[in-house]
Amino acid sequence: MAADSTRPAAAIAAPSTLRLFWRDFAANRAAVAGLAVLVLLALAAIFADLLAPYSPYEQFRDFVRVPPVWDARGNAAFLLGTDEVGRDMLSRLIHGARLSLFIGVAVVVASLALGIVLGLVAAFFPRWPAIVILRAMDVILSVPGLLLSIVIVAIIGPSLANTIVAITIVTLPNFVRLVRAAALSEKTRDYVVAARVAGAGRLRIMFRTVLPNCMAPIIVQAALNISNAILEAAALGFLGLGAQPPTPEWGAMLASAREFLQSASWIVTLPGLAILVTVLAINLVGDGLRDALDPKMRSG
Amino acid sequence: MLSFLIRRLSVVVPTFLAIAFLTFVAIRLVPGDPIEVRTGERGIAPERLALLRHELGLDRPVVVQFLDYLRGLAHGDFGVSISTKEPVLREFFTLFPATLELALAAMLFAVILGVPIGVVAALKRGTVLDYALMGTALAGFSMPIFWWGLLLILFFSVDLGWTPVSGRIDLLYYFEPVTGFMLIDSLLSDQDGAFLSALAHLVLPTIVLGTIPLATIARMTRSAMLEVLSEDYVRTARAKGMPPFRVVGIHALRNALIPVVTVIGLQTGMLMGGAVLTEHIFAWPGIGSWLIESIERRDYPVLQGGILLVSGLVILINLMVDLAYGALNPRIRHGR
Repeated sequence: MAADSTRPAAAIAAPSTLRLFWRDFAANRAAVAGLAVLVLLALAAIFADLLAPYSPYEQFRDFVRVPPVWDARGNAAFLLGTDEVGRDMLSRLIHGARLSLFIGVAVVVASLALGIVLGLVAAFFPRWPAIVILRAMDVILSVPGLLLSIVIVAIIGPSLANTIVAITIVTLPNFVRLVRAAALSEKTRDYVVAARVAGAGRLRIMFRTVLPNCMAPIIVQAALNISNAILEAAALGFLGLGAQPPTPEWGAMLASAREFLQSASWIVTLPGLAILVTVLAINLVGDGLRDALDPKMRSG
Repeated sequence: MLSFLIRRLSVVVPTFLAIAFLTFVAIRLVPGDPIEVRTGERGIAPERLALLRHELGLDRPVVVQFLDYLRGLAHGDFGVSISTKEPVLREFFTLFPATLELALAAMLFAVILGVPIGVVAALKRGTVLDYALMGTALAGFSMPIFWWGLLLILFFSVDLGWTPVSGRIDLLYYFEPVTGFMLIDSLLSDQDGAFLSALAHLVLPTIVLGTIPLATIARMTRSAMLEVLSEDYVRTARAKGMPPFRVVGIHALRNALIPVVTVIGLQTGMLMGGAVLTEHIFAWPGIGSWLIESIERRDYPVLQGGILLVSGLVILINLMVDLAYGALNPRIRHGR
């Protein structure tokens, strides 16, 4: 677990400060708890095929809407019950973890990569490239996020892949602005001037000299954006504009089970609970990272 | 101040035009022709299709259609809904009060609860109470609000039968809208029980939409409060024997609220996104439901005009927040 959790720090800190980082991070017990939950979720997602007792798509027609096992009418064969067409809830939730975490990571990796390039360009080429990039980000930011992703998905069609594209576009300005601001403040430091005097090229200064020193706030932002992306993807799924049934995406599961809210509430409550726990765990880790990486942003 | 205003406007106007252009072009790319969608599976004769497309101007070059659209915008013409034949702007202003009423109620809920929670957590820093409040706030911040809405319906409407499930008021009551705000209109209508009915309909959507802003404000207030409480002037106020309530309420809170107000200003866009989900769950007849339905009906003019109006609103509010800061803080005005 320790090796896993310190991996993000490896990118920004020399090995000697790694232990320092872990000490700061571990001081926040809530963050460690969040990390533990997150690791469990990640393991469930990776080994979904081994862990899930059934296929998430298999319909047991004789066992439709069986309540979870703690209910008197429950069935030990289906620990968390079955849904409206007799699919095993546990299996669907486990496979849903894979989808949701994948969406979150994919969105953040894509917008992080694009955001770093665009943000650095905006910081180092202040004339028209910066103006074009920043104006484009202003345009994205002036349409409310969820609304923009709804419109994008409506245009390119509702699907899991398009959900990722839409949320990446919506998330992009956060990273571009953050990278640019961080790069601008680093750019004038002595070590950058020294690198330039020593004859380092512009690309080298951008990516090798400045970027590593901007990573702390970027990593915190990345962590918090994973949870945001998961929430938005679930919201799109819930509106019928994200992953399409029968995909076991948590938001889509909620939407298709809505009419059973009264008679079979577990079909609705469990996927939502899964979203809440996942997002909460990631936010706890994000808060912990922020406290450990950036003393200035410490919440108190 | 004038040059600051001009500088801000030189950013805002192109942004607005860019959104107009992008929504216009993008919505042309939506799969499915609006006429074919409306005629459904019955099909339509090719010559009748051509006639209808011609009537709606869909057969002209896209550039011509866009210039035409811009000319219309300049005259306040945001197009006509394909499905209802109503002007988009009129539909927007008919439905907007419903969203505004919900958003204002949610913001009020968030501020009234969020600020005291943040203050108490800051004053009791490091105690069980602090951890409990901030833990709850983080859970609220992480909440999938569409699920939260369903849970509240399940508990308060289905199990307890306290609140209605959807809409803005019982069908029992009918009156012509005066202000568009159901709470005010129901009072003006003089019908017994109308106000209570409207209020009961508003409670759950308010909680659902207000949850994330509430959590954000509580967290923000706590950290701003912690910062202010360690300032010298607070210590001075304490040292000169001022009662704790006055120190917190007058010296600390007033300054702590400055960043909090910023956050409240920034929540407008988020609130519009949340309104889409909240309205969808509670069948609240506002802008959010309207836009979602327009997607299902492939009603281009509504989607295009609606997005443009909503973004225009967000841009306008951000501009006003900016100008307010510029007026208050010369460093922002002369910066850059």
